[in-house]
Amino acid sequence: MPATVQGWHGAAVLIEAIRRDLRLLLRQRSELWLVLLFFVLVASLFPLALQPEPRLLAAIGGGVCWVAALLAVLLSMPRLFASDALDGTLEQMLLARSAWMPMLYGKLIAHWLASGLPLTLIAPLIGLQYNLDTEAIAILVLALLIGTPTLSLMGAICAALSLPARGDGALLALLMLPLTIPVLVFGTGAVEAHAAGLGAQAHLSLLGAALLLALVLAPWACSAAIRIALE
Amino acid sequence: MLEVAQSDQGGAWWSRFAAPARFFPLAGRLIPPLFVLSAVLAAVGLYIGFMVAPTDWQQGEAYRIIYIHVPAAWMSMLIYLAMAFWGVLTLVLRTRLSAMMIHALAPTGAWMTFLALWTGAFWGRPTWGTYWVWDARITSELILLFLYFGVIGLRASIDDERKADKACALMSIVGAVNIPIIYFSVKWWNTLHQGASVSLTAAPKMAQTMLSAMLIMTLAAWLYSVASSLVRVRSLIIEREPFQAWEPPSVGAGLRIGAEHSRSGA
Repeated sequence: MPATVQGWHGAAVLIEAIRRDLRLLLRQRSELWLVLLFFVLVASLFPLALQPEPRLLAAIGGGVCWVAALLAVLLSMPRLFASDALDGTLEQMLLARSAWMPMLYGKLIAHWLASGLPLTLIAPLIGLQYNLDTEAIAILVLALLIGTPTLSLMGAICAALSLPARGDGALLALLMLPLTIPVLVFGTGAVEAHAAGLGAQAHLSLLGAALLLALVLAPWACSAAIRIALE
Repeated sequence: MLEVAQSDQGGAWWSRFAAPARFFPLAGRLIPPLFVLSAVLAAVGLYIGFMVAPTDWQQGEAYRIIYIHVPAAWMSMLIYLAMAFWGVLTLVLRTRLSAMMIHALAPTGAWMTFLALWTGAFWGRPTWGTYWVWDARITSELILLFLYFGVIGLRASIDDERKADKACALMSIVGAVNIPIIYFSVKWWNTLHQGASVSLTAAPKMAQTMLSAMLIMTLAAWLYSVASSLVRVRSLIIEREPFQAWEPPSVGAGLRIGAEHSRSGA
């Protein structure tokens, strides 16, 4: 594979990497559904644990949605590199040198397409359950659309770091959750600022800034972590 | 032996101590005076803080816990930055000792963070009327504690020593880059939720004795952190290089160290 890859342009490699990962994910459709189901399930627990009072639900809806999304992305994180590392594919990709970074970006984009994007699309349903008004739901979806790629990018660093670690899950959560707190804060803040009549633009801009920063820096750190894991 | 040979070729005088076998005796010599100095400064600082410094007209005697709280909070941040510094050295220069410094600093940093949170809670109870407030500083300090646990947990769960070193180095750097972002995100989140009724930044100007006691305590905490980290580095060196650490590096190098001894003694 590396020999043929060298002649291609980066964009072609990127698209091919996305297609490959999506195809693999579609062959294990149950995992995709599991992440979505987990998202909806976690969000449904809160009204049961608290009071199903409409005003309370409307106040916490945005935050609950974000926490559930964060946990769902966390749940989907280990599969990003683990199977490719196990069968040696990741090492082959690393050997492709100039094609490596496009491939890594492709993997990250494919991961978001299969976790963050479906979550974002199903979020209006949870917004309705929580009595959010139409505008608040629109802002929630927009915030998730900008924020979940950052979750995937930050999570990817932690997933790569914990590749050589024994066991999984708990360590990944310990590494990833503190780093993703800014996204949680700004994402929830967007919905709350709208509810307070302040306008969500500032929070959405900050989410966008975080995404741009993560898009540039996170794959670099992720690549370094994978090199450490596979050396 | 390889490290000794490399460090001999290195130009800077300090790079010589990058070899664990050379650093081991140096750390051993530094630890007792650092601990003694730290204890003396702590005694002086606490005496000034508890006996000499005036009672705060607003907070009464309860404020005196800041002589432990503030140094601990400063150290908690400084130590994470130091870990990131050693992390960069680990990844760029590939020195093993700098990775050991990360592992040695992490528990001290976590303790300092915990101490800052704990004393803060005890200060908050009489002053604010509650043990815990979701204030920006407190919250980011809590997240800092999780970041320390992350580095410690990462090392504990990777069996391969070299991979654990580099992974922890990278994690320290990623954490250090994120700390300012986390701090500001929590700060803005907090200002949206509640007014600045419990702001530390609006504290009245400090009396001279209070300030000097706090600075002396900070110095004591700093020396303690260095000394306790050096103790941990030494045990890491013994763990990892059980035979090298005890032996003189080589006859030639041994003679040179001996020569330096006599020179510094004279």
